[in-house]
Amino acid sequence: MSLSRPVTLQEKTRKFLRLTQVRVFSQVVFFGLFLFSVWATWTSRLEGYPVSRLLEMDPLVAVSTALSTGYIYRYLGWALGIIVLTFLFGRVFCNWICPFGTLHQFVNYLFNIQPNSKRIEQNRYHPAQYFKYAILVVFLIMAALGALQIGLLDPIVMMYRGFATFVSSAWNMLISAITPLFARVRIEASWSDTLKFSPGVAHRVFVGSFWIGLWFLLFVALNLWKPRFFCRFVCPLGAFLGVLARYSLFRINRDVTKCTDCNLCLTRCEGAADPQSMVRKSECFSCMNCIDDCPEDALQFTMMGLDRKQVVEAPDISRRRLVFAGITGLLAFPLLRNNGTATDENFSPHMIRPPGSVAEPEFLKKCIKCDQCINMCPTNVLQPATLKEGGFETLWTPVMNFNIGHCQLNCTLCSEVCPTGAIRKITVAEKLGKGEYTQKGPIVLGTAFINTTRCLPWANQIPCVVCEEVCPVSPKAIQTIDEEVKDVFGKRVILNKPFIVPDLCIGCGICQHECPVQDDPAVYVTAIGESRSKSRRLLLHFRSSTSN
Amino acid sequence: MGSKKYPHADYQKEPVSRREFIKQGVAVAAMSAAAGYLMLAPENYPLSLRDVTGLRSQPKEKPFQLPDFRVPKEAGVFDIGIGRKGSIGVKLRKALDAIGGITRYIKPGDVVLIKPNVAFDRPPMLGATTNPEIIEELIRLLLVEGRAREVRVADNPIESPVDCFAKSGIRLATERAGGKVYLPDSNAFEILYTPGATLIERWPFFKRPFQNVNKVIGVAPVKDHNLCYASMGIKNWYGLLGGRRNQFHQNIHEIVSDLSIMIKPTLTILDGTRILMKNGPTGGDPSDVKPADVIMAGVDPVAMDAWAFENLLERKEKLPEYLYKAEQKGSGKIDFRGRIKEVV
Repeated sequence: MSLSRPVTLQEKTRKFLRLTQVRVFSQVVFFGLFLFSVWATWTSRLEGYPVSRLLEMDPLVAVSTALSTGYIYRYLGWALGIIVLTFLFGRVFCNWICPFGTLHQFVNYLFNIQPNSKRIEQNRYHPAQYFKYAILVVFLIMAALGALQIGLLDPIVMMYRGFATFVSSAWNMLISAITPLFARVRIEASWSDTLKFSPGVAHRVFVGSFWIGLWFLLFVALNLWKPRFFCRFVCPLGAFLGVLARYSLFRINRDVTKCTDCNLCLTRCEGAADPQSMVRKSECFSCMNCIDDCPEDALQFTMMGLDRKQVVEAPDISRRRLVFAGITGLLAFPLLRNNGTATDENFSPHMIRPPGSVAEPEFLKKCIKCDQCINMCPTNVLQPATLKEGGFETLWTPVMNFNIGHCQLNCTLCSEVCPTGAIRKITVAEKLGKGEYTQKGPIVLGTAFINTTRCLPWANQIPCVVCEEVCPVSPKAIQTIDEEVKDVFGKRVILNKPFIVPDLCIGCGICQHECPVQDDPAVYVTAIGESRSKSRRLLLHFRSSTSN
Repeated sequence: MGSKKYPHADYQKEPVSRREFIKQGVAVAAMSAAAGYLMLAPENYPLSLRDVTGLRSQPKEKPFQLPDFRVPKEAGVFDIGIGRKGSIGVKLRKALDAIGGITRYIKPGDVVLIKPNVAFDRPPMLGATTNPEIIEELIRLLLVEGRAREVRVADNPIESPVDCFAKSGIRLATERAGGKVYLPDSNAFEILYTPGATLIERWPFFKRPFQNVNKVIGVAPVKDHNLCYASMGIKNWYGLLGGRRNQFHQNIHEIVSDLSIMIKPTLTILDGTRILMKNGPTGGDPSDVKPADVIMAGVDPVAMDAWAFENLLERKEKLPEYLYKAEQKGSGKIDFRGRIKEVV
């Protein structure tokens, strides 16, 4: 120690104010914002927070919906911010903002423990990193043709969907399992009230969330095999930003006169971007780890004095691969659409979309499957579609399952949070057809029917009519024929036999949800008659409006 | 010992240390004792091996009973008070004064539970839920005049609880007046034992808000109901039930009369400020609602419901069957003549 030279101020500040520390701070902030926006997406907490901002900042969402619809919806212009940032500093989004990237990096930090020599090998550029560009091309071509599938792999969308249907419902379940234990210790356990710690109705369930969770966890788990597997090989958003990053002003620059080729810069290179030889601009996440790890100070993040030779500008994808990806995209669209499950001729009776949804073909051009509406829904009626409703094309888009919940009359929250306008913003007045919308009438989601072979008054001569009671419209869309009969035991009973008035039914599904014949309800709603589609109409005209 | 020759050069005997010997001995003894316990323990002991039927491991319901929340009667005090004219607060006070004033029922330090009807996600003007102004005035009255320690407001709505309490205006009214809202969640229900009840002798009940409560007040709107003709003070208690309560419509009059003995409230208050005359119990249109000018307070819910049925809903037909059943079960007397004091 006595031999060491005095520490310069520069060295002192470098120890405490390194770029990597600023980066970690930024990651923590954005991850926190992401968690907050998932948490705040709930009836009692939604106080005008821009809960969808991260999705709206996602350039891939903006570009792909612009390709599919020709417009940039509402706040999707925020993506320009990220695009400008990328032109300035490269793929900083991936390692400074993206919550999925942060999750991957954190999982690596915790679990992927390897000696440096092994890590250096793991973090060398891999030729398969071209794969993400191929995925991007496939998805963008499909979007341009009218099938928006980027949500399957977009990191922000995956993060929202994973948290909405898998992480937060798992959390709710854990909390409601644990709280009775607290209550046993302290009787007045209001602080362990499940409502405080977990949003939603008592037990929120999401059909098929197992597969969403598995899909999400798969990419997290792959980190143990290759660090940041998803970001390097799969992420279409990363690929998109990589294409832009080739033009960025700032980049990592290696001073070859200082470099001793020790390869230590690869010990924590997140993007596998070859800083030890020719840095690959499109692969670099600007994590700044290499600068930290270089013992010779040979690396810098700069726009000044760049060495022209020490860089690979463009993404490493050959023309042949590009053409191949393009052809795949061209084939993928008809492959999906020709399936015939999302057509007007053969639409599923279960394909009941949330109020405010645009007509189905347009919906498929807009919905990114982020499942924010599903997270928002206060009654749990909104569910991620499985393959049953509309095949693979509609997988994980929102549909209503009235066995689980119903569409609450005075609620339009799903339309508030939809970032892309698949569910356009509506008001309660518009939903109910009140005020200036009187002429247009209420938004109809579907039509209820009665299965008289299962209905208690119709089939079993037992009084019931819960459906009539809960029907929320006035006059009621479920009315009754009152009849006094002798039942099989010889007792006189008054039966109120329900029937549907389709002109009045808005398809809210509360009748189905409250029907005591639960597994296969005696009153059920199907998609026919939904007002978002003219070709899916049921009635020639509404009798009540023509009688006026 | 050490000099003894073993047949094979590689074979060497490991001596057992004393410590090792004791450890193993204790382990063997403990395991034998545990095995002995499992075998010999009677059927009702934990982990006993004698659960041969599989019934013993079934989860046990531990039903609880609700106390009687009523206040002893006093000679010369009317059973039912009706307040008309003036603001909501004035009407409420008139009704309560007619039956001896709030301080006759609420003692300083009481913890009071108010059960409004918040069943649906509707704005107050539609008359499907309790008028929030009454809740606000009542909580103020309880806290200031009754000097109650705490006032809680709870209901188990049909639609999303958070939304129902928000849009009915009950949450805001409660919080403004200094009360506390209790929402139902999955762990808030326990089995209630109601001796004498036909359908709900043992049934999941919204228990959490009832911890340490010693006075209960039901505040119900008066509204139309297709199946049981009217939903008023007694039907209001339906909102404390959990479980598969949608089955009860198969015998609606029995369940409503069961409700009348499930809970013996300190007071029942009937909200006759907006009466849902048709399309009940959900309502949905302002034209279904008739504005009225009545608040009732009383200790006989059967008589109150009978009066409201005839005078507020203006029904000329026979009273709902559940009122006769409730009378039979001893919850009150239908004949309200001479027991009502009206203050205009």
